[in-house]
Amino acid sequence: MMDDDIIIISDLVKKFGEKTAINGLNLRVHRGELFGFLGPNGAGKTTTVRCISTLTNFDSGSVFVDGIDLKKNQTAAKNRMGVIQQQISLDKDLTIRENMISHAMYHLIPKKERDAKIKELSDYFGLEEYLDKPVDSLSGGWKKRAAIVCAMLHEPAVLFLDEPTSGLDINARRLLWDVVKSLHAKGTTVFLTTHYIEEAEALCDRVGIINHGKIIALDEPKKLCENVGNVAVEYMVNGKTSYRYFKTDSEAKEFVSGLSDMTNVLIRATNLEDVFVELTGSSVGSQK
Amino acid sequence: MTFLKEVYAVAWGDMRFLRHNFLSILIMSIMSPILYLVAFGYGLRTGSTDIGVSYVAFVIPGIVALSSLSSAFSSTSTRMNVQRLYYKSFDEMMMCPLSLSAIVVGKCMLGLVRGLISCGLLYAIGLCLEPGDLVLSPLFILCVVCSCMVFSLLGMSAALLAKSHQSMGTFSSLIILPMTFLCGTFFSVSSLDPVFQGILYCLPLTHASQCIRAAALPEAIPEFPWISLVVLLAFGVAFFLLNHYLLKTRKV
Repeated sequence: MMDDDIIIISDLVKKFGEKTAINGLNLRVHRGELFGFLGPNGAGKTTTVRCISTLTNFDSGSVFVDGIDLKKNQTAAKNRMGVIQQQISLDKDLTIRENMISHAMYHLIPKKERDAKIKELSDYFGLEEYLDKPVDSLSGGWKKRAAIVCAMLHEPAVLFLDEPTSGLDINARRLLWDVVKSLHAKGTTVFLTTHYIEEAEALCDRVGIINHGKIIALDEPKKLCENVGNVAVEYMVNGKTSYRYFKTDSEAKEFVSGLSDMTNVLIRATNLEDVFVELTGSSVGSQK
Repeated sequence: MTFLKEVYAVAWGDMRFLRHNFLSILIMSIMSPILYLVAFGYGLRTGSTDIGVSYVAFVIPGIVALSSLSSAFSSTSTRMNVQRLYYKSFDEMMMCPLSLSAIVVGKCMLGLVRGLISCGLLYAIGLCLEPGDLVLSPLFILCVVCSCMVFSLLGMSAALLAKSHQSMGTFSSLIILPMTFLCGTFFSVSSLDPVFQGILYCLPLTHASQCIRAAALPEAIPEFPWISLVVLLAFGVAFFLLNHYLLKTRKV
């Protein structure tokens, strides 16, 4: 087992009745990296996170987190992970501070250490003035920050963020990106699931694309685009947008010059959505 | 020691919830038992009973048993149902390194405490109304604690099995409500047809009523029904194991 791989998933299978949600997934996440887990709705992203975070039992395969086999020692593995779920999962009957204390107590952090950690992290995330307020008095972005503080209190080796910006407005989304970047800068391994292409492109060191419960591409965003072709040409054929990818600008321009209809033609840099479309034949967010 | 710390950690948030809502919870806990006492104890007034005490003295321990059921069950089931299905904060706890036994016991503490408050207040009123017959003894306290814990564990099972808030309501209507009226709370089970008695003895509230009544009226009922206490505890163990199984297999 490589020491610099903090998450090692081998042949992971999870079925819900007849439906196979994860179909022999293999994945390694390096220590300290910001890993993006990209895929359409229903591709198996959340199920994978739920399996790793022990919320859902998997049918077969193995998962190692920071060298700990999830099947053999769940308690130790849980201590190495922090998870922020897609839906804000704070207890709305308690204040922000009480939620944080609860989380610290679940990890049996001594009171003195707990109080110091809550202060340090709330100061860092700008939450100090909201600590004694009810959860619902905060906006979605601030609730996410509070959830991140809860998940960080026990100093996990790896932080899972399941669609953290889903449902947030663009300003809150950008603020949260800054938070994720700063966590990464501090050396925390971040496992980020998202179906926002621009999020994965803006934040991630490496990206894994999952479709129908399997990894279909895994590399740095730039390299994934290179593999398809750095330059994309969008053009219309019989009223339908078509795409072609080229290694260089000159190849793209040569292709465009040969087109019979030059209207609505766009030459641009290839992005991860192009990679996804090229690999799966459908656009991100279109599947169920 | 770690187990107790984990139980405390699990129960802490629920105790804060209780503290935030103490007055409303107190009023809600005591309201229906008092209404039952007024309606059945004083409204119907059936004179003395076959065990030689007034009907009010007879019915107060029954209403205490009923309160242990309604308060403990509803507190645990409602809060867990909300935490599991709506807040998703139950998932947060499941992702933390806590033993499943500590989660089961810790999540039942709210029901236990609220049940004890409700039963304690009602019995205090009962002791003032019938000081000659009713007795407060360690055995009575033990029976009430056991009863509250058993029904709190049942509340947790219901909350873990419920797929929606609606299904919780169905469970309450089909299981809890019939138990409330039929399990020897307002009348003696022995006065019923043997077949009907057999059915009622399959329900935990019948045993809770018998234990609490016998402990509250030691002169009128000199023989304490130890078998009922054992059966009540067996129900508790069964509900504990069911909850543990549901959490372990993640069938929640």
